[in-house]
Amino acid sequence: MGLEYVRITTGFEDYMPKDYVDLVKYGQFGKEYDIQELGTFKELLEEHPMCAGCFMAYFVRVFYASLPNPEDTIVIGTAGCARLALSQAAVPFIYGNYGDTNAVASGLKRALKIRFPDKEKDVVVVAGDGGLMDIGFGMTMHSWFRRENFTTIMVDNEVYGNTGGQESGMTRKGIQLKMAPKGKKFDKINVVELAKAAGCVYVARISPTNPKRIAKTIKRAILAARHFGPTFIHAYTSCNIEYSIPTEKVLEDARKREKEDFAFYEYMTDEVKEYFEQIENKGKQQPSEVKA
Amino acid sequence: MPEQKVVDTDYLLLEAPRERKFITGAQAMAEAVKRANVDMAIAYPITPQSEVMHLVGDLWAQGYLKDYYRAEEEYGAFSAIAGAARGGARVFTATSGPGLLRGLEAIVSWPGHRVPAVLGVLTRVVNAPLSIQPDNIEISYLLNCGAVVLHAENQQDVFDFTLAAFAIAEMVDVYIPVAVATEGFFVTHAKGYVDLPPEDMKLPDKNPYKSPVPPTDCEIPPARIQRDAPVQKSNFMSYLIHAVWQQEIWSSNARAMKYIYKYLKGPIEVINPDAEVFVVASGCAAAQAREAVRYSQLEGLNVGLVKVKSIRPFPEKEIREVLKNAKGIVIPEHNIVGWLAREVRSVIPNNDRVVNGPRVYGGMTLPTELILDEIYKILGIKKDRKVLV
Repeated sequence: MGLEYVRITTGFEDYMPKDYVDLVKYGQFGKEYDIQELGTFKELLEEHPMCAGCFMAYFVRVFYASLPNPEDTIVIGTAGCARLALSQAAVPFIYGNYGDTNAVASGLKRALKIRFPDKEKDVVVVAGDGGLMDIGFGMTMHSWFRRENFTTIMVDNEVYGNTGGQESGMTRKGIQLKMAPKGKKFDKINVVELAKAAGCVYVARISPTNPKRIAKTIKRAILAARHFGPTFIHAYTSCNIEYSIPTEKVLEDARKREKEDFAFYEYMTDEVKEYFEQIENKGKQQPSEVKA
Repeated sequence: MPEQKVVDTDYLLLEAPRERKFITGAQAMAEAVKRANVDMAIAYPITPQSEVMHLVGDLWAQGYLKDYYRAEEEYGAFSAIAGAARGGARVFTATSGPGLLRGLEAIVSWPGHRVPAVLGVLTRVVNAPLSIQPDNIEISYLLNCGAVVLHAENQQDVFDFTLAAFAIAEMVDVYIPVAVATEGFFVTHAKGYVDLPPEDMKLPDKNPYKSPVPPTDCEIPPARIQRDAPVQKSNFMSYLIHAVWQQEIWSSNARAMKYIYKYLKGPIEVINPDAEVFVVASGCAAAQAREAVRYSQLEGLNVGLVKVKSIRPFPEKEIREVLKNAKGIVIPEHNIVGWLAREVRSVIPNNDRVVNGPRVYGGMTLPTELILDEIYKILGIKKDRKVLV
């Protein structure tokens, strides 16, 4: 159905909430905006209750603005900071039990394939380091082993921000946090290598300092997942509260981390590379099939 | 596989001709899945639960189901069931004992998510020390999550309850999961006679839009704008919304009762309604209770049976009514805590009439003699009985 469900029934225009009318008239449904136009169109996510200066909130906003097919996309999240924004966007959102995102996404994607075999319904998991690499580790890995056709995006703030600042498997070694009173004892998990080894066909690591690059990475991950298998993005999204990063220094910190250990990295299989060469060389980033 | 034609739910469950087969309880559950037009089943092994999910995998290989896979573990299996159901598919899974407990968090969130899944529970010991025998203490963990819980006595019940479970779960005024429990080994691994409707018939396709909560498939207007997501509001709002929702789930559970009457001939079965002493039992214990009642009647004693088929919704009024004149009530169970005795005691006046037991656990068998001993005690019969009858 896609765009049909974001059409206002004739006669009800005057009674619909203004936000909804604006979404239909000036939003992303059925249109293609460049991420550089952010601020000129009605976004899928505008208001959220995340902390002032939260880099994760910025990333989530750009994520929504980058969806290739928002009218047929379902986002799945788990307990944690990101969910606070994800659940307030104009895209269907599923919030399960802690850490179960990739299992829920597996069932959902398969059910949608059964019910809509000729249609692309994109399923995207956006969850934190705790949800995906600690409690949900097995479910994350096995969704990749099973080659499920959806994208997993890890918003890595290197801490359990939502529960008050405990260390996670993605915290860097030596960092002192709650539940790591003597500093974390082991290294940050190399999740990019894990994703490759587990069978992801497209893997990227970004410190989201450049919106154009974020948009391209997200679109690529979602398109590759449709056709070839699981895809993964590891995004650094700092926690300015638990790591005491002043709001005005958040972007500076992201750039610093980009130089240190979050340099942009992109991996794709040969067939995915060939696919991107075909569709991206057509002059438009979005092939016609995206809006089919 | 034979070509299956869709037939009306009531016809398949209540009217279709039946043929008698001699099969195990596990086979009976799979036979129900075969006729239920299931879209997806997701499996995880547990030893030695039953072969239900192996048989369902075979059904998928034959083409009866559209998708099936072995999940990473129980939490993953039951979470994926929730995802598939929210995508609009008809889903089935089965588990047992420790597996049920491992995935319990996912299962207890099914009712609130309005997941009309059917869950087979082939009971097994959960407490340490380790045992792999049947013990139905695990059912007590399911009782307070909102799901409908049916407890099957034998292979025929397993088939009938499971097929009916799909119909009940998807009723618009119910739309919550239905668990069909039975004792592992005693029922799942043993054969019994089961009257089966033809295998070339199946239930109608699931209509996910006939639901109190539409599927998450981007087909239903309007686009969801969750500015008012409950947990982000004040605690007061959050608590209030949760409370209202839980009330609705339990109301849905209560509304399942009319379909239990329609498809299972009611939540209880009564033998000798004018009895002086009743044995109240569910699941496999009901079979032993049935024997104890039969022996008692052969001995000229006025003893009756109340078999409880539906544990949730619990047949409060029905049980209160049938036990109103009982002098004593014996409740034999296959677990140490006596969850059925608690349930019965909570709904009848003068509940000191209830004899808590006999109980066997760890998966041991329940001798009919133990039930008879309690009946004799209530009736004041002093009998050194070595041989029955």
